Amino acid sequence: MKLESKVPEGPLAEKWTKHKFNLKLVNPANKRKYEVIVVGTGLAGASAAASLGELGYNVKAFCFQDSPRRAHSIAAQGGINAAKNYQNDGDSVYRLFYDTIKGGDYRAREANVYRLAEVSVNIIDQCVAQGVPFAREYGGLLANRSFGGAQVSRTFYARGQTGQQLLLGAYSALNRQIANGKVKMYSRTEMLDVVVVDGKARGIITRDLVTGKIESHSAHAVLLCTGGYGNVFYLSTNAKGSNVTAAWRAHKKGALFGNPCFTQIHPTCIPVSGDHQSKLTLMSESLRNDGRVWVPKVAHKGLKAKEAKSITETDRDYFLERKYPSFGNLVPRDVASRNAKMMCDEGRGVGATGLAVFLDFADAIKRDGKDTIAAKYGNLFDMYKQITGDDPYEMPMMIFPAVHYTMGGLWVDYNLMTTVPGLYSLGEANFSDHGANRLGASALMQGLADGYFVIPYTIGDYLANIGWNDKVGTDHPVFKEAINAVNSSVSKLLSIKGKKTVDEFHRELGLTMWEYCGMSRNAEGLKTAKKKIQELKNEFWQNVNILGSASELNMELEKAGRVADFIELGELMVDDALNRAESCGGHFREESQTPDGEALRKDDEFTYASAWQYQGENQAEVLHKEELRFENVKLTQRSYK
Amino acid sequence: MKWLIDLFTSTLGKKLMMALTGLFLISFLVIHCTINAMIFFNDGGETFSYWGHFMGTNPIIRTLEIGLVAGFLIHIIQGLLLWRANLAARPVKYSVSKAPANSTWYSRSMGLLGTLLLLFLILHTSHFWIPNRTNQFTQGEELPLYKMMFEVFSNPWIVFLYVIGCVSLFWHLLHGFASTFQSLGLNHLKYNGIISFVGTAFSIIVPLIFALMPIAVYFRWID
Amino acid sequence: MKITLKVWRQQNANSKGQFKTYVADHVSSDMSFLEMLDVLNTSLIKKGEEPIHFDHDCREGICGMCSLYINGHPHGPQQTTTCQLHMRTFKDGETITVEPWRAKAFPVIKDLVVDRTAFDRIQQAGGYVTVNTGGVPDANEIPIPKKIADEAFDAAACIGCGACVAACKNASAMLFVSAKVSQLALLPQGHAERKERVEKMVAQMDAEGFGACTNTRACEAECPKAISVTNIARMNREYFSAMFSSYEVKVGGGGE
Repeated sequence: MKLESKVPEGPLAEKWTKHKFNLKLVNPANKRKYEVIVVGTGLAGASAAASLGELGYNVKAFCFQDSPRRAHSIAAQGGINAAKNYQNDGDSVYRLFYDTIKGGDYRAREANVYRLAEVSVNIIDQCVAQGVPFAREYGGLLANRSFGGAQVSRTFYARGQTGQQLLLGAYSALNRQIANGKVKMYSRTEMLDVVVVDGKARGIITRDLVTGKIESHSAHAVLLCTGGYGNVFYLSTNAKGSNVTAAWRAHKKGALFGNPCFTQIHPTCIPVSGDHQSKLTLMSESLRNDGRVWVPKVAHKGLKAKEAKSITETDRDYFLERKYPSFGNLVPRDVASRNAKMMCDEGRGVGATGLAVFLDFADAIKRDGKDTIAAKYGNLFDMYKQITGDDPYEMPMMIFPAVHYTMGGLWVDYNLMTTVPGLYSLGEANFSDHGANRLGASALMQGLADGYFVIPYTIGDYLANIGWNDKVGTDHPVFKEAINAVNSSVSKLLSIKGKKTVDEFHRELGLTMWEYCGMSRNAEGLKTAKKKIQELKNEFWQNVNILGSASELNMELEKAGRVADFIELGELMVDDALNRAESCGGHFREESQTPDGEALRKDDEFTYASAWQYQGENQAEVLHKEELRFENVKLTQRSYK
Repeated sequence: MKWLIDLFTSTLGKKLMMALTGLFLISFLVIHCTINAMIFFNDGGETFSYWGHFMGTNPIIRTLEIGLVAGFLIHIIQGLLLWRANLAARPVKYSVSKAPANSTWYSRSMGLLGTLLLLFLILHTSHFWIPNRTNQFTQGEELPLYKMMFEVFSNPWIVFLYVIGCVSLFWHLLHGFASTFQSLGLNHLKYNGIISFVGTAFSIIVPLIFALMPIAVYFRWID
Repeated sequence: MKITLKVWRQQNANSKGQFKTYVADHVSSDMSFLEMLDVLNTSLIKKGEEPIHFDHDCREGICGMCSLYINGHPHGPQQTTTCQLHMRTFKDGETITVEPWRAKAFPVIKDLVVDRTAFDRIQQAGGYVTVNTGGVPDANEIPIPKKIADEAFDAAACIGCGACVAACKNASAMLFVSAKVSQLALLPQGHAERKERVEKMVAQMDAEGFGACTNTRACEAECPKAISVTNIARMNREYFSAMFSSYEVKVGGGGE
């Protein structure tokens, strides 16, 4: 299989404009003859469904939650980047592009990233027009902040709830189309398969989560906007329901999976408190603007936050400030995370588990006063206190890295189409824009860019080319087969009646992934992980216990299907991590580091995006490489010293 | 005209009616209470009877009285309908509810307090207003209200019921006064304080004056 | 900690439910309420008993999916979401009663899971600004006073969990509806449609069978996002002025 990125020719800055002109259009009168399926209603899905509905297409949208407004985009805190240069501080589309490419450690496609930066400015306009209440200055104009170590203030925000406000904006646009009858919404409905006929995506198979009914839906194109797969680690900042099922089942139907091993570990999360832990809570990265990260110079086993004051200034190691004097506590996420892990590996971690470092606001409170700090971070401090019982005004926070985002995903071309014609992937579900590491405040940007400003153009080209009468009905035998396959896999899960709960398998998978395929990875560990995952898969299909029936609301059954897919994905992640014998971005291979322990990229060997092709049950997947060509930026080793 | 029907059949419109009639009834209370207070001149009912006669015979006041009766009826009927509709909005009740932690008992009991007031109203009008107006229509002359008061309030049970009625009125007003402004959308940081102050003062003063009447008569503080 | 739980169990929308009592041993005070239920569910599955169904997703207090009426309060005794409620709030040996949201407009689907799509239909009735993607003015074209933007944000912070309905003795959805009406009435972007919006949203709210507001302010006291009843007054104002001054609009009603 040859991977065609379909990146248009021409100078970087003109590619998208030129491409938009070259794309075929669908006659306005014909748009209503097309049907498009959108799976997932987060930022990417809701914005895509709404925009396509506005254009006149008939859209069916699906989400597993009880309402499209619950999608996990809602939890994004920090903000959204846009190259508006409202602050007159030297920002530009090119600078946002450059920062994103560099931040991604040169493992993303130049043209995609440039387009992302280019449309970022439209996103802010769009959201404001929808009534998104962004933060403003006293003069009434929009406020910006510098975020995640960026040298310019380009981040737009709505307190610590930017994702919520953007999603509610997209949700309101979606609602308008639902009311107009252009979008039909299916909530509490999970996609369980993609139907491919004659090499094109023709529809999906879904399960109504309340009645258990398995149904088929046909369309001219299918958009998967189903988010990332961070929950493969069991503990992550993702929502409990976030899953890889839609993407994974599409992968099994022929869509290649890009860079599965690229996961982002966020440095500022609340540490694990016990075995009961069900998810991890992120504290916004903005805390690092004023908080200082430290551990004691010598190990103090079980040091509690309220005992931190007993460690004198000279006995503290502000390790980020020490190692990276120019960026200090604001080094990128991957660097901050890895260093925290190193401290804990040295035994200098704090807290009951020794798996935490301090994030201390004492100096900031002394400098700016408690009120100023409360105005900036009050809600985050309250949240921290609510969860841990400790008051961050009185003692340092304890933080530890946690899985937060997955840069990998379904491989897509410049048009966001997967390797299956008619099957698209948007937002975090695809692999396209963040390379090996995502910059803060860029996920919201990508989700909305894909949904509002890319797919409405690129899908038209595909639809115009196939024509509206190129459609397969749900009575086609392939749909029937797909329904039967889904039904039988559901009954199979229910028939096992083993001894272990779904969560127990999920936890076990998570531990393996975190241990061997987490913040740092090595060949030997990855091989161990592969073996463990294969064993886990065998055991799962013999020993999982799911009660209840298929014809009712059965949350264990839902989870079981998702965990089964996570197990298979886990193996592919390990394969990918094993293959990429370099360190880049969030992927740190211990074999590939500089003498002082920093990540070492190997551009000669690995300047490509990996795209894996499914070969069948228990068969090794085949790797395809999309060579990344950098015509505009020079590859340099990242340095934050 | 569909809009008008839509307005007054909507939950907000029903609340609007409750608020407007409530305000109207509050204004009635002011007048009623003022005239009642005339008995405390302790002049053998002279001032009281003068104003009582004025209210009972002045054609403008008599016309307004029709509005008052309508106001009472709308407030009562609408209140009962709302009470029923609100009950129906939660067909299955909670087995454990800690409502006192989030709201005052009297704000949750406006239906109950209103019903008590309705019973009191029936009692009270059957003592004074109905016989008096009946006499006016049939005989063409007013009854001696001041004198009747002494007869009615010689019974301690009646005095007790009147006091209960006034206590109900206090709680009803304590929530109702400020609530009216909220229902009308008149909620503003600058004025909320004064509304709440006036509301509380009104709810205390008016029922207190009303309650003092039967008590004062019963204990012959006036004659 | 040892906790006794009285939990509402109901097989599906049509069956009759009842309380069942469970004892949760070894509860850690660091657990969230939902994690305590997770642990209980694991033990139920091991015993061959179907786990307790409850809605949840983000578990960080923002998606609004979790519900549960805990010991007489929506989201439990603290003013937060159930997922952010921690067991340290409770005493060792305490008995906790867990019920689903109760409202005619929120029918029970199973156990503690209720159907809140009525909220979606209210939003669909008018909770938006009619703008298509693209072709909008520059974001800084219309300055908005910071105070107005902040107030709009306060209203927009609603997570749509339904605690207001659950708390209200009338199962009224006024706080939820007024939050959206307020947000878009405050911002200039929402002005073009402010009259029709409030008319349609209120009509849909009524059609769904929510009760009326009697200004008890229980909703405000229980709202995990501290949405203020000032919004309800604003909605009342918007509604009356719309009804008296708008062109007559046809408003749809009724659920699906």
